[in-house]
Amino acid sequence: MIDLINAVKTYETGTRALNGVDIHIDDGEFVFLVGQSGSGKSTIIKLLTGEIKPDGGSVLVNGYRLESIRRSSVPYLRRTLGVIFQDFRLIANKTVYENVSFAMRVIGASNAEIKKRVPYVLDLVGLETKARRLPHELSGGEQQRVAIARALINNPTMIIADEPTGNLDPARSFEIMLLLEQINALGTTVMVVTHEKGLVDRFTKRVIAIEGGKVISDGMDGYYNYEAE
Amino acid sequence: MKQNNFGYLVHEGVRSLFRHGFTSFAAICITAVCLVIFGCFGMIAYNLGLLLDDLQAESRVLVFVDENYSQAEAKSVGSQINLMDNVADAVFVSREEAFAKFLAQNEDDEVYEGVEAATLRDQFEITLIDNSKMDETIAALRGMQGVAKVNAQTGVVNRLLTLQTFAGTAAAVVAPVLLLVSLVIIFNTIKLAMLDRREEIAIMRMVGATKQFIRLPFVVEGLLLGLFGSILSFFVLWGVYDLIRNAIAASLDFMSLIPFTQMLIPVAMLCGGIGLFIGVLGSLMSIRKFLKV
Ligand SMILES: Nc1ncnc2c1ncn2[C@@H]1O[C@H](COP(=O)(O)OP(=O)(O)OP(=O)(O)O)[C@@H](O)[C@H]1O
Ligand SMILES: [Mg+2]
Repeated sequence: MIDLINAVKTYETGTRALNGVDIHIDDGEFVFLVGQSGSGKSTIIKLLTGEIKPDGGSVLVNGYRLESIRRSSVPYLRRTLGVIFQDFRLIANKTVYENVSFAMRVIGASNAEIKKRVPYVLDLVGLETKARRLPHELSGGEQQRVAIARALINNPTMIIADEPTGNLDPARSFEIMLLLEQINALGTTVMVVTHEKGLVDRFTKRVIAIEGGKVISDGMDGYYNYEAE
Repeated sequence: MKQNNFGYLVHEGVRSLFRHGFTSFAAICITAVCLVIFGCFGMIAYNLGLLLDDLQAESRVLVFVDENYSQAEAKSVGSQINLMDNVADAVFVSREEAFAKFLAQNEDDEVYEGVEAATLRDQFEITLIDNSKMDETIAALRGMQGVAKVNAQTGVVNRLLTLQTFAGTAAAVVAPVLLLVSLVIIFNTIKLAMLDRREEIAIMRMVGATKQFIRLPFVVEGLLLGLFGSILSFFVLWGVYDLIRNAIAASLDFMSLIPFTQMLIPVAMLCGGIGLFIGVLGSLMSIRKFLKV
C-alpha cells in the first residue's frame, strides 16, 4: 500500500522535483505512472524505495513511514518491493539462475529455499530453459524478464518498474506488459512508469499523470493528456 | 546469523580474494615482509635480553680490600657496600678462601708453590641489580675508603647494551612505518575489491541486503589477507632465524641464539595478532571511506 500526501522534494541543486504529490495505491492494484521527461516520475520511485527522503508531506509504503524511516530499516522496506529499471541492471558474469538466486542469497535465504523458489519464478517469466545463459546471450526482452524474475524472487507485495520497456521494441514491450499484468493477477501490486502512450492505451488500467511535480490527472479510463516528445 | 549466511560470507570473501589474485598476492607478500622485518628486530632484542640476563647472573664485580685492614675492618667495608643502591649482594671472601680457590685453579702449576695466603687481599664478590649502571657503581666503589682495587668486565656488557638499545630503537622507529605500509596496501586492495563489485553492491542494496551483509565479505577478505600474510611471515621468520642461528653457532662460541621452537608460540601470536589486526583495520577503513550503504 502506497500513500503519498502532499509529498515535496527539492534536490540540493535547488530543483523542486515534487511539488505536493498525493497518490494512494491499494494492494493488488495495477497503475501506470506517466508524464513528460523531468516531470518527477523517477523522483517518486526514489522516494518509495527510500533512496531519497521527502522534504515535506508524508510517504507511507507497505507500513514504513519514509519521512522518518531509520537507515537500518530501509533494507526491510526494500524487501517488500521489487524494482525494475530500463537498463535491466543484471550482473554480467552471473548466469540467469545466479542473477536471480543472488537476490535471495543476499537477504539470507537458505539453499533449500533458493532451490525451490528460483525454478518456479524462472518458469513464471518463461525463462526455465535459459537458466544457464549469461545476460549477453539473451535478447533485451529476455534480459528484462530476468530482472522481473529477480524483482519477484523475494515475494514482494509490490513491483515498481521505471520505464521497463524503454529499451525494447513494441512487440517485446507489449509482452513485458502482459507479463506484469499476469503477475498483478497473482496478487502483486504493480506500478509502471512509462512514456509510451500507445502501450498504455492497449490496457484498461488506472493512469496517474504527473506534470511539473504534481498529479494532473488520475483515472481508470486509460487516457492521459500527455504530448509525446 | 544462520549457518548458510556464514558460509556465504566466507565464500564471498575468499572468492573476492582470488578474483584479483595478483593484488591480493602482493598485499599478502608486503604484509609478510613487514612482519618479517619487525619480527627480526623483535627476536634480536629478545635474544640480547636473554644474553644480558645471563651476564647479569654471571658477571661479578670483585672488590679488593686494603691489605692492611683486619678481617673485621674488611667486613665493615662490606656492610657499607651492601648499603649501595645498585648492589644486590656482596659476598665476603677471605684471603685464605681466595688463596685456596686460587690454588685449586692452579693445582698443578709449580710456579705458584710457596705463594702464601697473606700475599692476597680479602675480597667481596658483588652482584649488581642493574648492569647498565655498572660504570657508576664501580666509580662509587673506587672512591670508598678501604677499597684497594676494583675488577670488572664492563666491555662486553656495555657493547651488548648498546646493541640492545639500537635494536629496540630501530624496532620502535621501523614498526609504525611498516604497519602503515601494510595498512595502506590492504586498504587499497579492499578498495579495488569494492570497485570491482560496484554492480553487485548496488543490486544488493536494491533488493534489501543489510549493511552488515554487504560489508562483511570485505571484512572477511581483509582478515584473510592479514592471516595469510602472518602465516607466510611466520615461516619465513623461522627460516631466516635458523639460518642466522646456524651461522652464529658455526662462527662464534661465546654467544648463541635460543632455538626458534622456544619462541614458537609468542612469535606465532605476535605475527597472527598484528596481521589480523591490520587486515581487519585496513578493510574497515576502506569500507568506511568507499562503501556508502
Ligand atoms: N539527483 C538529482 N539531482 C538534482 N536534480 C535532479 C536529480 N534527479 C532528478 N533531478 C531533477 O528533478 C526533476 C525530476 O526528475 P525525474 O528524474 O524525477 O524526472 P522523470 O519524470 O523521471 O523524467 P524522465 O522521464 O526523463 O526519466 C528534473 O528536473 C531533474 O532534472
Ligand atoms: Mg525517470
